Amino acid sequence: MSTPTVASVPAVSARAIRKSYGSNEVLRGIDLEVGPGQVQVIVGPSGSGKSTFLRCINHLERIDSGRLYVEGDLVGYREHRGRLHELRPQEVARQRARTGMVFQHFNLFAHMTVTQNVIEAPRHLRGLTKREAVELAHDLLRKVGLADKADAYPAELSGGQQQRVAIARALAMEPRLMLFDEPTSALDPELVGDVLDVMRGLAEGGMTMVVVTHEMGFARDVGDALVVMADGQVIEQGPPRDVLANPATERAAKFLARVH
Amino acid sequence: MPSAVSDMTTSTGTTGTPPGGPGGGAGEAAEEIRAVPVRHPGRMVAGAVLVLLIVWLGITVAGNEEFDFGVIPDYLFDPVILDGVRLTLVLTVVSMAFGLVIGVVAAIGRLSDNPVLRWTAGAYIWLFRGTPVLVQLVFWFNIGIVFPTLGITIPFTDVSLFSVESNTVVTPLNAAILGLGLNSGAYIAEIVRAGITSVSRGQVEAASALGLEPRRTMRRIVLPQAIPVAVPPLGNEFVSMLKYSALASVIAVQELLGSVETIYSVNLRTLELLVVASIWYLALTTLFSFLQSLLERRLARGRSGIATVRSRRARTPRRPRKAVA
Repeated sequence: MSTPTVASVPAVSARAIRKSYGSNEVLRGIDLEVGPGQVQVIVGPSGSGKSTFLRCINHLERIDSGRLYVEGDLVGYREHRGRLHELRPQEVARQRARTGMVFQHFNLFAHMTVTQNVIEAPRHLRGLTKREAVELAHDLLRKVGLADKADAYPAELSGGQQQRVAIARALAMEPRLMLFDEPTSALDPELVGDVLDVMRGLAEGGMTMVVVTHEMGFARDVGDALVVMADGQVIEQGPPRDVLANPATERAAKFLARVH
Repeated sequence: MPSAVSDMTTSTGTTGTPPGGPGGGAGEAAEEIRAVPVRHPGRMVAGAVLVLLIVWLGITVAGNEEFDFGVIPDYLFDPVILDGVRLTLVLTVVSMAFGLVIGVVAAIGRLSDNPVLRWTAGAYIWLFRGTPVLVQLVFWFNIGIVFPTLGITIPFTDVSLFSVESNTVVTPLNAAILGLGLNSGAYIAEIVRAGITSVSRGQVEAASALGLEPRRTMRRIVLPQAIPVAVPPLGNEFVSMLKYSALASVIAVQELLGSVETIYSVNLRTLELLVVASIWYLALTTLFSFLQSLLERRLARGRSGIATVRSRRARTPRRPRKAVA
């Protein structure tokens, strides 16, 4: 049977990832593997490189060394006879289309309505007719609890509503992997819950997720694995409950004590 | 709106239980305020002085026997003047269209990853913004002196595919369009570039993350948001162009100023005819400013902080957004 082979390909596989901005090394050898259907939570103090690492996974940032694979495919490059060749912009775009990403500041297209935001990519990239795309958009909006906001513009929505639209927009591409870059950090406290509920629903549905967050409750309840990053390195790794209860390193213990 | 509703509930609650107990002080608080406003004697004096000055200026101008107001209405709709108005409009619109095309190309060139394109676009903007329009107009008008024929040849050879006499192509009007268009193109390039860079990086990143290619991202996501930003300065550019087009009279284009000059060179009513031209320029700039405000209102759709006409959707709660808008 082929099932075991498919299951054995990790959703994300990072090996010795390094990245610098000038003389500032922000990632110093990250190794991480995320299995299919897993929810990988990444926490750490600001400036620890967690967002940069997440952005490398869909090639919004390019890595300086190491190898990064999504579902077995090298991200951003093609390896041919032992040499790496940069992918062309269209090929990079095609790779990114399989991965959904949700940003801290939502980044909804400000000149488009909620529905237009959701249908823009699938209309063009998945070859859906307008009718199919709108139907899909309305299904997704219902899923995130915003069926009544289909015709609103982003500026008319609260932060929490915008973020849920952003999730629906990413889901419309039917990604195999979802990346969340501090999705609740820009939200008023009372709006955080709605967004986390949607993410919890996604996780329960079996979506593979990599989540950079400060929400320790979410990490503990929803995460399958937790990574603590500091200074561009993974300093602690394991099942969320274990890591949160008994951090092995002092740095991790200090950080976790502060955010709890 | 929810905020208004919550305000109302709060105020109802307060009147239900006044802090000073029932009756006590409530009557005083409810009384309408009739306070003596602050006087501004300085304003009144300044106003009076200004009014006097304006009246005196009016009397001086009206009482001047050398200035014949009667001439103005006579010439306002003179066929020669009307031809001039028409030519001014053609010159402005065509030069502006030409400038827009060049400007958008130069703006994209300046933002390109290709250093040669970036450098070329930068040099064009530097050259045409840095020299007077008048110099550029006279330059193009006289291009025939150094290039007697114009045409298409294969570079670095003498093989000519097509060629014409410069003087038949570079008419005064064409020289003016070339000069005004190339000059405003340099300014428009900077306006468009500012518009494009005003669109937040997050918008481009979100589009990239969805898998949209760079070209489509530019067309569907960036430009539609850059245009509303660019429209007000582009409107200014248009109004400037309307006025700069008067410079074309120097190279024998019979636009509004040129036609006015033809008339006053004969009847010597110089100032009166300049007033006629000014009335037309004012009318045209007023008209275009009005059209511009209509356009801006249309483009304001969906953008926060700007009043929109879509009151139909006003029922949804509006939250002012910080940052990325």
